[in-house]
Amino acid sequence: MRRLFKLALQKPELASTILLLLLVILFEIRSNGVFITIDNIRGVLGLLPETALVAVGVTLLMICGEFDLSVGSVFALMPMTMAVLVVGGWPFWLAVLAGLALCAVIGFLNGYISNRFEIPSFITTLGMLFMARSMTVVVSGGFPPRIKPGQVPSWIFVGFVDGGGIIRASVLWFAGIAILISLLLARTNFGNWVRATGGFLPAAQAMGIPTGRVKIACFMICSILAGFAGMMQSLRLNSFLPSIGEGMELQAVTAAVIGGTSLAGGVGSIIGGLIGATLIRIIDNGMVMSQIDANWFKFAIGALTIFAVIGNAWLRRRGRAMKVETDR
Amino acid sequence: MNTPIIETRNLHKWYSGVHALKGVSLQVHKGEALGLVGDNGAGKSTLINILSGLHRADDGEILLDGQPVDIRNPKDAMGLGIETIYQYNSMVPLMTISRNVFIGREPLKWSVGGIGILDEKKMRQDSVKAIADVDLHLRSPDALVGELSGGQRQGVAIARAMHFKSKVMILDEPTNHLSVKETAKVIGFVKGLKAQGVTTIFISHNMHHVFACCDRIVAMALGQIVLDKPASETSIEEVSEIL
Repeated sequence: MRRLFKLALQKPELASTILLLLLVILFEIRSNGVFITIDNIRGVLGLLPETALVAVGVTLLMICGEFDLSVGSVFALMPMTMAVLVVGGWPFWLAVLAGLALCAVIGFLNGYISNRFEIPSFITTLGMLFMARSMTVVVSGGFPPRIKPGQVPSWIFVGFVDGGGIIRASVLWFAGIAILISLLLARTNFGNWVRATGGFLPAAQAMGIPTGRVKIACFMICSILAGFAGMMQSLRLNSFLPSIGEGMELQAVTAAVIGGTSLAGGVGSIIGGLIGATLIRIIDNGMVMSQIDANWFKFAIGALTIFAVIGNAWLRRRGRAMKVETDR
Repeated sequence: MNTPIIETRNLHKWYSGVHALKGVSLQVHKGEALGLVGDNGAGKSTLINILSGLHRADDGEILLDGQPVDIRNPKDAMGLGIETIYQYNSMVPLMTISRNVFIGREPLKWSVGGIGILDEKKMRQDSVKAIADVDLHLRSPDALVGELSGGQRQGVAIARAMHFKSKVMILDEPTNHLSVKETAKVIGFVKGLKAQGVTTIFISHNMHHVFACCDRIVAMALGQIVLDKPASETSIEEVSEIL
């Protein structure tokens, strides 16, 4: 029992889960009961899978001990590339594949350059942030491509799947991908290598793990997820703008950190990234619903980040301090 | 004389202007516990890093059971049965014992192109058995390595090497930063290895630790071997004097 309690305290996503529950209750009371209504949940569930998918990719990468600041730009570049190709006469699915392939190439470059030249990924992906954003504007030629409603089968990604019109397909896509990535991290040898690489690089190298390739793979997954999320948002709004996803890179890092992922690598969970992203969305939405001046949003997120990390560290220390004998 | 299990011939290594190894030739025989001593910078770690695949020699040969081998990376070394336990600990503190035991060599239920689903049940059972085999008794294979004491960690690392049937075990300063009691435990592990017929190379700059568990002493200074004698024919005083 004590042992289980100790393990629970050391779970990195514990603090944010508690916070999430408290905030939902708070907003429900402050908004006089409009927070948990069908209309509001629909609104939250539209945007959530998109930002959460980016957070999931960034979380995986951070567990591996690396950063990606280019996700916001890739978020815009992928749908823009796809739309330009569709307008140019490409079949929809081929255009989607081409867009995702471009994301994979960007992820590969992020990882390869960081590894090959031994520079921090913070720098590599900061450069990529500007380059990918610029490419987005260049491929659009300054004029956003127009795709007529019904021209592409966007319902596969964003159509409502239930009669009531609450849950979009994007929620299911997100759930499926998040579960896959969780399993990849928890149940496969690749996941073991990711944690070892981020947890203690010299040991991982000494044990013969191809740490360079593991990192590159994580960079590629992260970029592909960001591009996929951007595509879902663009299809949902049916507009392809070069400016979407700006500032998203830091929000994704924030979500991961709130969810208990360590900046130093090795610690974190996919579910934590999801909880972090949900917290951000809930605060954004809950403040509006509670008629609090929305300009406080960024203040709240900032304070939450610091608070969550302190809370996580405190809980983990309490957990570690609980004496459980390791000897038999 | 039978063929040495591991032999180096005239190994050289330069680190940008520093000649760290100046023609090191060393023979280690099966079942031997060899103590490698020397001051910091004498070339002990360089020699070990070459044998364990972290670095490559600039010149010279390595022979295993009389056959020349090419050790390009740690995976090659482990494949040949050379396992190294480092002073900084070759484990990830934030991962569980069973996961650490199998890092890089995970048993899989099924896989596609080398990536697959872990056989966690086997990992738990085998790690418990491996740890018990080196006479270390831990409550659970699910505890984090970071919760173990330094001596216990080295024990798990040795258990890991034993589990993968290493022929040669290299311990690079395994007693650094350990308390007296913990050190005694690690020296006990090394003695246990000898009883099981595993060849060990024990590196330390603490002469007492080396003499406590090794039957042959090799001393290095300035990239060269300066003494090579059975432990019974030399003494701490003699070795200290040479160094």
